[in-house]
Amino acid sequence: MQMGDLPDDKGHFGPYGGVFVAETLIEALDQLKAAYAKYREDPEFCAEFDYELKHYVGRPSPVYHARRWSEHFGGAQVYLKREDLNHTGAHKINNTVGQALLARRLGKKRIIAETGAGQHGVASATVAARYGMECVVYMGSEDIKRQAQNVYRMKLLGASVVPVESGSKTLKDALNEAMRDWVTNVDSTFYIIGTVAGPHPYPMMVRDFQSVIGKESVWQMEELAGRQPDAVLACVGGGSNAMGIFHPYIAHKNVRLIGVEAAGLGLESGKHAATLCAGKPGVLHGNRTYLMQDDNGQIIETHSISAGLDYPGVGPEHAWLKDSGRAEYVAITDDEALAAFHKLCRLEGIIPALESSHALAYAAKIAPCMKKDQTLLVNLSGRGDKDMHTVAEKSGIVF
Amino acid sequence: MSRITATFTALREQKRKALIPFVTAGDPDQATCVPLMHALAAAGADVIELGVPFSDPMADGPTIQRSSERALRNGTSLKIVLGFAAEFRKTNNRTPVVLMGYANPIEAMGYDKFAAAAGEAGVDGVLVVDYPPEESLKLSALLEKNGIDPIFLIAPTSIDSRIEEIAKLARGYVYYVSLRGVTGSANLNVEEIRKKLAELRVRVKIPIGVGFGIRDGKTARAVSEIADAVVIGSRLVEEIEKSPPGRVLDNVSVLVKDMRAAIDGR
Repeated sequence: MQMGDLPDDKGHFGPYGGVFVAETLIEALDQLKAAYAKYREDPEFCAEFDYELKHYVGRPSPVYHARRWSEHFGGAQVYLKREDLNHTGAHKINNTVGQALLARRLGKKRIIAETGAGQHGVASATVAARYGMECVVYMGSEDIKRQAQNVYRMKLLGASVVPVESGSKTLKDALNEAMRDWVTNVDSTFYIIGTVAGPHPYPMMVRDFQSVIGKESVWQMEELAGRQPDAVLACVGGGSNAMGIFHPYIAHKNVRLIGVEAAGLGLESGKHAATLCAGKPGVLHGNRTYLMQDDNGQIIETHSISAGLDYPGVGPEHAWLKDSGRAEYVAITDDEALAAFHKLCRLEGIIPALESSHALAYAAKIAPCMKKDQTLLVNLSGRGDKDMHTVAEKSGIVF
Repeated sequence: MSRITATFTALREQKRKALIPFVTAGDPDQATCVPLMHALAAAGADVIELGVPFSDPMADGPTIQRSSERALRNGTSLKIVLGFAAEFRKTNNRTPVVLMGYANPIEAMGYDKFAAAAGEAGVDGVLVVDYPPEESLKLSALLEKNGIDPIFLIAPTSIDSRIEEIAKLARGYVYYVSLRGVTGSANLNVEEIRKKLAELRVRVKIPIGVGFGIRDGKTARAVSEIADAVVIGSRLVEEIEKSPPGRVLDNVSVLVKDMRAAIDGR
């Protein structure tokens, strides 16, 4: 079996992935698995997905040669995959379009989603409005306070946002609550998970919908640079944008795959979200993967300046890519990400999301040590408009 | 014969149904746990389900979530819960103890170590909510090797082929989740359960307990007429939550005795 053929029928990527949920959810997951197996091969479904991505999302997103930024390094040439130019401003919409189309095929009129920073919530609310479905978004009450604008965006789009008060009141608790809703309303409801985590088939399905990023990159790099990059870089929280750009490159053995996690205040501080760099394997949210946990197996709170990376787990396929050595995982601190954020604003006229700034920061670390004819491709997974507040605060500015 | 099977055999001979209370270990505090277990046994519990607190109890409603949070705040870990079970066993050799919880604390301890330690502590059954049968072959075998019954959930949505798969692995009793939703939800439909249990018994030859949604003597009684065991969780945890310190044992005892009387038709 080729590595790109994973997962197996039970959702395993080597020892990772699987279906770790209460019996109450098994039947719903089995139905979803069967439906997805049918529609992923269905020409009509695929054509509709492609059509929506082209005309609604605005794909293909360009690959852009960041010349001024590359010159500044004096080393490798850096290319950016512009997912920030998608409708709603990030890669998240690729997946919500795919899952919403599937929900429609299954006759579900209500969709639910979890969200941390609000990007996946907004992308879910967007497709719910587009396809005329009811939408409920679960969001930790702490995150609601930090992301008032996105909460308002979701409401404008017609979604109800339910504050989650349990546990740490953040993304992981929102996911727990969405699962509880799903168990209760499984007949009427489709649960749109926003990342490549959760029980099988979610990690595979979200990867497949997001892999349009990598598929486009392969032909775009050929067209623009006449070659494939020496390395592909992407930030990793749950890991959906990284899996999306990595997956079509897994078979390109000469291309390094580098996932960049959030080192927060530094790995040694304990205040970070670098699950693959510093966590241990365990079971959470329906799959076996690396987790941020204490010695007793309790999940611990994470920290990152970027809410989208602030998650104590990571997609199981990343865990497998790490253990197998096909991908490498590194971590970038809040400060390093911020520095890259400002640099890209000034040199390229692009305001990147703080999540994506982690991948940019690692590119900035390695590019100067590389040769001028070498190339890096960074997934610019989202734009930074949503982060104005956080960045301004860091610079001591209050709106 | 395991302590759980012996308990159900004796009950069947007496034509009685089992009462299985659930409490979260370490809630409201660690010192209360072992006395609480003894109080449950004295009030008429046939089996005690002891919840192992977890930071992310995905299948539980707000009441049991809060009890887990209280227990975690006072530092209750899987290791400590095993200590409670061992302590209880010193003076009670009769009432089976079933640990109920989530996978990750067990993953962190390691299967071998956990199975051996649980056997050593006198634990009789283990129910891991997020280990469905296909992901628990290895642990189930280790538990059985240590004299512990692997307990499984069956849901209203479980199809026949799954029920068969579960029946193959399950020992002691199976736990039928009586409604769609999380623990502590309302709206129990006894008629629906009656039909489903009749179907289950074609494939499941060990006792069937019913839990989720049992809130008073009346529902407990109705469920006991069709099931082999009645599991009471959220209602009990709610009682612990609202009891002032010092009243927990008494209030819980009164509630369990009421349920016992209702089930026994007294």
